[in-house]
Amino acid sequence: MRSFLLALTAGLCLLSVPAAVPAFAQDTTPPAAETAPPSGLAKVIADNADAISRPSRQTIGPVVDAIGASGDPGTVTFLQAWGARQLGLRKSDGAIFRLSPSPEGFALADPVTGADAGTAPKSDITEIKPNAGVQGLIASALVRFQLSDPDPAKRRAALDTLARRGSAENLEPLLESIDDEPDPAIKAQKQRVAGLMTITHGATPEARIAAIESFGGDMALDFRAALNPILATTRKVFTGAPEGNVAAELKPGQSGFSAENAYAVLVADGLAPKRLTRTDQRAALESHIENGMVGGVPVAALNDPVQRDRAYTVLEAAGDVPAAATDDEVATLVAAHRYADIYNEPDSAVTDAARNALKSVSVKVGAMQGLDLGLDALSLASIYFLAAIGLAITFGVMRVINMAHGEFITMGAYTGYVVQQHITDYTLSIIVALPLAFAVTFAAGVAMERLVIRYLYKRPLETLLATFGISIALQQVFKNIFGTQARPLTAPGWLDGAWSLNDIVSISYIRIAIFVLALIFLAVFLFIMNRTRLGLEVRAVTQNPSMAASMGINPDRINMLCFGLGSGIAGIAGVAIGLFAKVTSELGSEYIVQSFMTVVVGGVGNIWGTLAGATLVGFLQKGIEWFNPSNTLAAQTYMILFIIIFIQFRPRGIIALRGRAAGD
Amino acid sequence: MKPGFIAKNPSVLIFILILALFTLGVTLLSNAYGTGFVSTSMVKTLGKTLCLCLIAIAMDLVWGYTGILSLGHFAFFGLGGYMIGMWLMYARTREIVVSSASGALPMTPQELNDAIASQVFGVVGSSQLPSIWHFAGSLPMQLLFVVLVPGLLAFVFGWLAFRSRVTGVYLSILTQAMTLALSLYLFQNDSGLRGNNGLSGLQNIPGVTAGQDALSVWFLWASAVALGLGYVLSAFIVSGKFGSVMRGIRDDEARVRFLGYSVETYKLFVFTLTAVIAALAGALYYPQAGIINPAEMSTVASIYLAVWVAIGGRGRLYGAVIGAAFVSIISTWFTGGRVPNINLGFYTINWVDWWQVLLGLSFVLVTLFAPRGLSGLIDLIDGLRAPKRGGDPLGPDDGALQEKEAEA
Repeated sequence: MRSFLLALTAGLCLLSVPAAVPAFAQDTTPPAAETAPPSGLAKVIADNADAISRPSRQTIGPVVDAIGASGDPGTVTFLQAWGARQLGLRKSDGAIFRLSPSPEGFALADPVTGADAGTAPKSDITEIKPNAGVQGLIASALVRFQLSDPDPAKRRAALDTLARRGSAENLEPLLESIDDEPDPAIKAQKQRVAGLMTITHGATPEARIAAIESFGGDMALDFRAALNPILATTRKVFTGAPEGNVAAELKPGQSGFSAENAYAVLVADGLAPKRLTRTDQRAALESHIENGMVGGVPVAALNDPVQRDRAYTVLEAAGDVPAAATDDEVATLVAAHRYADIYNEPDSAVTDAARNALKSVSVKVGAMQGLDLGLDALSLASIYFLAAIGLAITFGVMRVINMAHGEFITMGAYTGYVVQQHITDYTLSIIVALPLAFAVTFAAGVAMERLVIRYLYKRPLETLLATFGISIALQQVFKNIFGTQARPLTAPGWLDGAWSLNDIVSISYIRIAIFVLALIFLAVFLFIMNRTRLGLEVRAVTQNPSMAASMGINPDRINMLCFGLGSGIAGIAGVAIGLFAKVTSELGSEYIVQSFMTVVVGGVGNIWGTLAGATLVGFLQKGIEWFNPSNTLAAQTYMILFIIIFIQFRPRGIIALRGRAAGD
Repeated sequence: MKPGFIAKNPSVLIFILILALFTLGVTLLSNAYGTGFVSTSMVKTLGKTLCLCLIAIAMDLVWGYTGILSLGHFAFFGLGGYMIGMWLMYARTREIVVSSASGALPMTPQELNDAIASQVFGVVGSSQLPSIWHFAGSLPMQLLFVVLVPGLLAFVFGWLAFRSRVTGVYLSILTQAMTLALSLYLFQNDSGLRGNNGLSGLQNIPGVTAGQDALSVWFLWASAVALGLGYVLSAFIVSGKFGSVMRGIRDDEARVRFLGYSVETYKLFVFTLTAVIAALAGALYYPQAGIINPAEMSTVASIYLAVWVAIGGRGRLYGAVIGAAFVSIISTWFTGGRVPNINLGFYTINWVDWWQVLLGLSFVLVTLFAPRGLSGLIDLIDGLRAPKRGGDPLGPDDGALQEKEAEA
């Protein structure tokens, strides 16, 4: 909108050039010069002192152009001073100076060279205060100087300004400055901005189409932003065939354009009277109540729309109220006109090119969005996997429901927080926090197993309830210690920011780190289970505890270690989750149901099942969110519903154990 | 001659007597009909507690007797509350709209509807009455929905779950997921039930001019009657052959199936029936609470329900009632800040903060050491020796009771 206004202003200024130039030419009589006659910029300033001191947006265009064309080295400083409201007009002789505050009033300086020109009292100086519109013009005139500034940083800044709100008259200077650009990166950037500006402001349709086509299938946001205004349409009404660059003709009654819509367009164009709304009808009836009757209908009966219509018709016939269009009249009026969306851009070749370009881009953009969604889903899946892997051990291997698993995750996150209170270096603190969180939750898990769970191995439902009791107790303990507000667990600086492939596909480093962490966990778990003595014993106890015991394995010890391991992994997951989520006492409980889902969907007792479950749940949730992006709650609802139905068909999960190990 | 129902279940008579005495006592001490010793808010708390006792009985039927640890019954409770809340809110808003209507003309039905809709749904930025509110103006329809909606949901869910032989902890997790899905759905603004604002102002009954003092006592009576009926019905169900099959399913599902019983049908019946009881309890509870929102139906609430039943003693109906009443009243007492703090010298235990911890730990202790809960005390009074836990399991299932435990 803003760039549109600026472009409009610029256009007006260009239009006013021919009118203003003759006046300017007549005014070339040399002014009474005291010293050397002024030349170059000084002369232009002196000639236009009047216009400069009382600038208005309509008239200042040619003056700014003339100043820019003078080629004087002082031009930039002059324009900057003007734009910054630092110029003043000496009333006595009408000369213009650069002002700075001084004890006597203002210290004066030559506007071009900056040479000292004495002082003047405040009463003798009129400060020149160009308004925002004029300042905009001055700024865009400055741009062309900045584009060839020796300082690369300034050139970049000027390019950024142009990319955001370049106007038509900036295009020429930009094109001119490309050839002399020494820095290849800035040169490429200049060419890109020039291309974008040509799309909007190019002189001929051919140039604009060429510019559009030169971008090929570019997916960057700025290219799409340049194309979209070209394809903007206005809905118009025609009595005959639609005129102008027609985007689409609309038939009343087609989808998205009902007869009511058509009538509303007619009303907006002043071609038809407004329809009588129920509110208007009510107001009209109310103002014509006589002796408890309106148009011969008793007021008490007017709670019926049909009666209201009757009363209104009576009033209408009596001429008391304006005639309302009947449905037939509306239908006739609607049928008598044709409707079309007309491009604001008059040239159909340009709109065609833009549409084609946008179409080819949108396919690519769609693919990229799919990729981005896939990355998001992968990251969500790895979070679920992290949260669920501990459960997969305790629930999957030991068949023990641990409702306090979420609290172990929270415990890990709080361990990270406490470590950061003591170690200020974030990288070091995370490195310390990970094993420490494992140790703390491992100890908590072993304690819980020894004190509570081992008495309940044969009673899973009671384990569920007992661990729930521990869960609410722990949650409250966390609240009492750490308070209810979120505690910060800050990621080290090198995890800030995001890796981005292009404008569409990007993923934050923290999420990549969590993905890597999930892979490491998977590897460690597989290694422990398949390659170590402990893993062998765990598998043996899982399959047949009494047989394992008679082979010299101590099932009690294995169960204890197993539970500790699961809890410890939950602690590490807690540190990872705490890095991006708010660390509160409820952190873990937000993940607990999803974690159970992951384990159950995947299949109990199998790490690959957990992986599959996490992937399914993560991709499913992101997929549903994609259909309904504004509503994460709905996505979760539908996901859970899907899982409930999924369990109906595969009650043992995606990867179900077979044979004797499957138990019942 | 066969002994009658009451003779076989002396606890029913005792229970009804105690309930009647309690209700009579509260009435005589209330503001509206008695000395005013019991405040109106206390009457409401007691009335709500009776509703919680009713849902605890439902939970006991489904868990204590049939062995299905459902973590979804609070969802049915909440749904019942929502169904009656829709009528309360709609009818109340209509009264307000009609009484405050400006303008000389009487409102058309459409105008009335729009005005109510914008009153009710303005808070979620909508002025359309969602289609599920179509019958909200009709009390009989909404009362029907109190039974139908949760009953149907429980039937469909139970049918799906039991048919595919989902049992044990899997079923618990699945019911928990159902509760979560339902509460997440209701949290959305476009669910048509005012999102996280929930329904409010339910304590005002449309068309009733009596004050809250009297209303609270009326609801106490209604809750007491519902609880009494629920108790008798449940006692009737569990005392007959049907009850034996239920207990059989709890102890060894496979064996009952091999004996030729349709285990799924029994389970489905119990699950649906208890869902309906829970919904009725909710429909009585929320007008006393005055507000309902989706947070009430969180998964934790349903687990608390299991906690009450376990603390009271599952597998016996009065146990569930004792548990629900005891825990919810003592919880009100502790969280109300009326329990003196304990100063340990280095740390002061503020019970508002530590009550939850106490509850959690005592729950663990009950699970570990007193599987019969508080009702074990009644056995002591009864002169029965509390059976030691131990002996062989009655069946091979993980949830089967131990031999000695099941004797009582």
